[in-house]
Amino acid sequence: MDRIPILRMGDFLLVTIQVDMHDQLALTLQDDLTAAIQRTGAKGVLIDISALEMVDSFIGRMIANISRMARILDARTVVVGMRPAVAITLVELGLSLAGVDTALDVERGMRRLRDALDEAGVASADHED
Amino acid sequence: MLPPMPQPAPLVLDTLQRDTAALLQEWFVELKAQGAGSDHRISESEMREQGAELLRVLGAAAETGTDVGAEPWRPVREFLDRMSRSRAVQGFSSSETATFLFSLKRPLFARLRARATDAAALGEATWTVTELIDRLGLHTVATFQKSREEVINRQQEEMLELSTPVVKLWEGVVALPMIGTLDSARTQIVMESLLQRIVETGSEIAIIDITGVPTVDTLVAQHLLKTVTAIRLMGADCIISGIRPQIAQTIVHLGVELDGVTTKATLADALSLAFKRSGLVVTRAKA
Repeated sequence: MDRIPILRMGDFLLVTIQVDMHDQLALTLQDDLTAAIQRTGAKGVLIDISALEMVDSFIGRMIANISRMARILDARTVVVGMRPAVAITLVELGLSLAGVDTALDVERGMRRLRDALDEAGVASADHED
Repeated sequence: MLPPMPQPAPLVLDTLQRDTAALLQEWFVELKAQGAGSDHRISESEMREQGAELLRVLGAAAETGTDVGAEPWRPVREFLDRMSRSRAVQGFSSSETATFLFSLKRPLFARLRARATDAAALGEATWTVTELIDRLGLHTVATFQKSREEVINRQQEEMLELSTPVVKLWEGVVALPMIGTLDSARTQIVMESLLQRIVETGSEIAIIDITGVPTVDTLVAQHLLKTVTAIRLMGADCIISGIRPQIAQTIVHLGVELDGVTTKATLADALSLAFKRSGLVVTRAKA
């Protein structure tokens, strides 16, 4: 498997990482995801890493980078389901992933994205009035 | 290295093996005079049993020589191990435990004097006995120390287990009341169990209460920050509560930045914030 599938769900893109990430896979994902956001005009990206058991500093930084790139392309990113061991590892590596939204599971992550979209929608509607 | 121990003088052997009853009697007079057993930590009958047992194994072992480390002395060593272990558990001090053995000297010397026929033999026998009892005493103290250390280690482990109770306060709210000093090993365990409980309960809010933490230094503050960050990475929120005035002062004086961390003075404040965030309202049933 040399590609992580990116699924489209309405306004959102769903990325489920089911295998252990290696560097090339992460770079491919970065390319694919930015391209997909641009193509679909998605407003939110949900990255589910509940199956991810191991991270290193590179993968940790990739997650932060992907989130930042999506933000530039006007899409909110929520990282969901991080395991305790992964969280501890990232903290010990000194990566706090500042600016990355997180949620406990996919359901809560989706709600978070929808809320953000609603807020933005209300805001822009106000602006038009 | 000491030369190999010779067979003890017949005088010593005779005293140990034939005068057992009288020795025991005088030994306990001596022990009582020193106040042993007066505070009921150990009953007199138990002490008497131990004394009789010791004299029995001592008499048997002394036949083979006075090298305490040798194989025939194993029963004596094992008896002393057992005894000092039980004394350690009963809460005796090391000197009290050793005194039990050393107080055997005076009656033993008295018996030797009574049996001795010439001064040279008495001198020889006294030396042998002194050396013997001293060695056994050292062995007893060493074992005592070791069993005390075992007790301390066990208690430390128990404390580690006790110190990480993650409690569920409400649906979606877990709390961790921290008690005692925080070091790296404890923080690691605390962090892991808290994160694990967050996953298990699906709680979106975690409260760390540090009312029971006596002091906060830069290391402790760093540990706390790490925990808060890890909780955020998992997608939950963290509130730190129970910050006492002195600790607030220390944190500021140390220059620790708690930016981005929600802090509350009491656990009650933290809980009410948690309710607010989850959209819950607490009202009085009666006006």
